[in-house]
Amino acid sequence: MARWGLVIDLDRCTACQACVVACKHENNVPFSTPAASNSGRLLTWIQLVAVETRSHGPATPMPLMCQQCDRPPCTDVCPTSATYLNAEGIVAQIYARCIGCRYCTNACPYSVKLFNWQTPAWPEPMTALRNPDVSVRPKGVVEKCTFCHHRLMRAREQARAEGRDLANEDYVPACVQTCPAEAMVFGDLDDPHSEASAWAESPRAFRWMEELGTRPKVVYLREGE
Amino acid sequence: MDGSFARGHDDYEAITRPVLTVGRSFRRWTMGLGAVVLWAVFAWVWQLWFGLGETGLNRPVYWGLYITNFVFFIGVSHAGTLISAILRIVNAEWRRPITRMAEVITVLVLFFGVGNVLLDLGRPDRALDVVLHPHFRSPLLWDIMSIGLYLAASSFYLYLPLIPDIARLRDQTTGWRHRFYTRLSVGWTGTPRQWHRLERAIGVMAIAVIPIAVSVHTVVSWVFAMTIQPMWHSTIFGPYFVVGAIFSGIAAIIIAMAIVRKVYALERYLQPIHFNNLGLLLLLMTCLWFYFTFAEHLTVWYGQEPEEIKVFNARLYGPFAPYFWTMVVTCLVVPFAILANNRTRTVRGTVVASISVTIGMWLERFAIVVPSLSNPRAPIHTFTYVPSWVELSLMAGCFAAFVLLYMGFTKLFPCVSIWELQQEEASARADDSARVEQAVEV
Repeated sequence: MARWGLVIDLDRCTACQACVVACKHENNVPFSTPAASNSGRLLTWIQLVAVETRSHGPATPMPLMCQQCDRPPCTDVCPTSATYLNAEGIVAQIYARCIGCRYCTNACPYSVKLFNWQTPAWPEPMTALRNPDVSVRPKGVVEKCTFCHHRLMRAREQARAEGRDLANEDYVPACVQTCPAEAMVFGDLDDPHSEASAWAESPRAFRWMEELGTRPKVVYLREGE
Repeated sequence: MDGSFARGHDDYEAITRPVLTVGRSFRRWTMGLGAVVLWAVFAWVWQLWFGLGETGLNRPVYWGLYITNFVFFIGVSHAGTLISAILRIVNAEWRRPITRMAEVITVLVLFFGVGNVLLDLGRPDRALDVVLHPHFRSPLLWDIMSIGLYLAASSFYLYLPLIPDIARLRDQTTGWRHRFYTRLSVGWTGTPRQWHRLERAIGVMAIAVIPIAVSVHTVVSWVFAMTIQPMWHSTIFGPYFVVGAIFSGIAAIIIAMAIVRKVYALERYLQPIHFNNLGLLLLLMTCLWFYFTFAEHLTVWYGQEPEEIKVFNARLYGPFAPYFWTMVVTCLVVPFAILANNRTRTVRGTVVASISVTIGMWLERFAIVVPSLSNPRAPIHTFTYVPSWVELSLMAGCFAAFVLLYMGFTKLFPCVSIWELQQEEASARADDSARVEQAVEV
């Protein structure tokens, strides 16, 4: 079974935030108002945060999404198993089972789990443009990056229909597909021939807060000094 | 009131009369508190309709007033059962008039502890998922199990010593009260066999309830300590929370005692010695609480671990400093100054100290929940947490509903255990006659 991972080269990243926008549209993440954003209610599965990745120099803008930990601190604490680590290493959310206690949001050291403070709403013309492959979350549940899991399911069905095995390039999340600087690579980290695992082997590679033992599957490549 | 007045004379009329009669000020308080509760119900419906967006919570401060109240109420619940069980086991004679008042606090306040978790849920309609799809590695599930067990045990522990008193009221009343008490007194007639069984059962429950009570607040602390968040992930949290719980619990008993004593004129039974003794216990807990708080904070400060020290600084010098230092004054300075002095450890003095401790312990819970969340590891933008009108209304509603239920209890059951007082008097009389006999023999 594949172990899906994402590698982000901070040297190539221009902080253009195209991934942020692509993700929002792909995953039916509702729009936000400035007022909601200013009171800490912004929903966005990817966000640029300033992290000190080098021993000197200014902080680097770093795209931050769910780190898809192999040892996620969020799944253990969920009282209903509404969030769990699935067989392919994706930290999944079952929206219909989530009771909205927000224990997982508080247990996550990356603060990447988001809560639906109210019923999501789109301006009228946008309602029709929502992605039919992704369920719209009701108010009161937790959501986060799923590595565009719906794309994996579609790719697998496509491969099965064509009578072949799923290939690495069949499945790409929206952020990776969009990145104009080609700073992101996605693939099976256990497959030694995948581009992702090759990038992850780079001497510049680091996993954020790996000292906590979370074993993230999002790998960053430090900028050259 | 229907015809439920006393038939015949009763030595303990001072205790039973307030149970069977309802005065004007009782009605006034009921209406006042009822209005607060109704307002809270409105706020709750509002929150159900519009979602938790109506609170002041945000990312990353996902928990606020509700969880603070949850920890606070569960803490206060240690008042009753634990204190009364310990005093019963060590056979402290002075406990007799106060145990019941303490036990009622436990049972009632537990509902508000659990209730606040339900208020905090984004999807309260799915609360049953916890039972249908339980995940036993979640400390929240441990909480549900230990609090459920505690609620059952402490309700039973409150009910058992009530039986003889219920039977006494059954024999004094008519009408609906008589039927109500008949059903609840489960055929109590006071035969020696019944007494033997009752005392045995109380003895067993008093012992069983202690480990359960300790486990409850330990598990509440583990909700925080089992995460790896800075200043939550602490091994001291279990015992620290238990100490804080007993601390705020004793304070709650003293306040309840003072009010019941004044309102129902029970000065004869609730004497300064009770306040003095509980005051001494409160003083002991003040010292223990300070010891734990000091140990916790010194360790963090000395280590200077960057993530922990961020929370530490926010708590001691940053935006949470007013809460923290008020807590130090109200949990340490005020109670210590009052209770360490014989002359100020009076009824009024212990009540002032208790009110101070209650406020301080609420602040302590707040200062544990919010600063850690406000200072996450990830450098995301943070927001100041200011509770909304919905949260404040629901908090007021919880306190009002608690007082209302407590008042309701005092109108159904005697808040001082009559048979235990009788027992004490009987044994005192036996002691006296033994002494007289001895004197005669000599």
